[in-house]
Amino acid sequence: MADDAQDAGDPGDRTDEAALSARLRRLDKQLGRNPASQKSETGAPPTSAGSGLARGLRLSSELVAGVVVGVILGWALDHWVGTSPWGLIVFVLLGFVAGVRNVIRAAAMENTSGSRG
Amino acid sequence: MDDPIHQFEITKLHEHPLFKIGAQEIYLTNSALFMFLAVGLTMLLMLGATSRRSLVPGPFQSIAEISYEFVANTIRSTAGEEGMKFFPFVFSLFMFVLFANVLGLVPYSFAVTSHIVITAALAIMVFVTVLVYGFWKNGLHFLKLFVPSGIPIYILPLIVFIELLSFLSRPISHSVRLFANILAGHITLKVFAGFVTMLGGLGLVGWLGAVLPLGLTVALTALELLVAFLQAYVFAILTCIYINDAIHPGH
Repeated sequence: MADDAQDAGDPGDRTDEAALSARLRRLDKQLGRNPASQKSETGAPPTSAGSGLARGLRLSSELVAGVVVGVILGWALDHWVGTSPWGLIVFVLLGFVAGVRNVIRAAAMENTSGSRG
Repeated sequence: MDDPIHQFEITKLHEHPLFKIGAQEIYLTNSALFMFLAVGLTMLLMLGATSRRSLVPGPFQSIAEISYEFVANTIRSTAGEEGMKFFPFVFSLFMFVLFANVLGLVPYSFAVTSHIVITAALAIMVFVTVLVYGFWKNGLHFLKLFVPSGIPIYILPLIVFIELLSFLSRPISHSVRLFANILAGHITLKVFAGFVTMLGGLGLVGWLGAVLPLGLTVALTALELLVAFLQAYVFAILTCIYINDAIHPGH
């Protein structure tokens, strides 16, 4: 490993403490590199039915959420302003667009940040 | 066959109300009990882990350190170093959802996060936090979040409107995702486990046939454990992403 050079720089007496501090330093260095490996270990499970289901539910909930917001806003507008049924029609369409936008954004995020579930 | 929805029923654990708020009688329900349990176990874990801080961590300290590192890394990678201001918030959310999910998998227990009231309350909390902090930190610059750059002016009003709808849909998708995953998982588990007892009632042939759903139930339980963790992680990371929008709007 790369810490051979550092070991050579240490004073010659190989006491337990010197060995321990060398090991600690090596551990520190490995921990510094750790986040990436740790994330790949815990963040991205093997491609199984589970992560596929999670991904499907995730993307579909994004789409549904957009439509639901459109329905709620359109309905409320119709109720208060009395533009029935035009508020609902327009807002459902806009909500659908927003939902598709959500899905595209979520999928793009998954792709850029590796295979994150 | 048992009703697979029955497990989500909210029951009062005692006869007389604890106290009243206005005309509303307050009971301790199974849902409340498991929420207290989730919070209590998290506190126990963290307090137990930090009471005896040793250089070489014991099992509990290891778990606490791993969860700290995990959440801290998630925040740093999505919201940057500034996002660490929200570490207590995100960490509490993550631990609460994780413990609620995992506790819900224990037989005869109650899955708190399978109720949309709970997940919606958590998601709205995140939403309001983002709104308040966004306007407090950036003032009206926060509205740049709805104006993507490089859009022709004649199409801008429509885009802003769609971005606004997309922003409003966040708490919905945030809460529905967690709730739907847990709900669907628990129902599937119950249905497959129900097949075992149904087939078992048919005699020897049924017993042999019941091996298949039993194996599936075991596999599904493992899968649900993964989902329980994964959904807590997804909930936390989405919180981080939304908080990132509050810290750095305008892209």
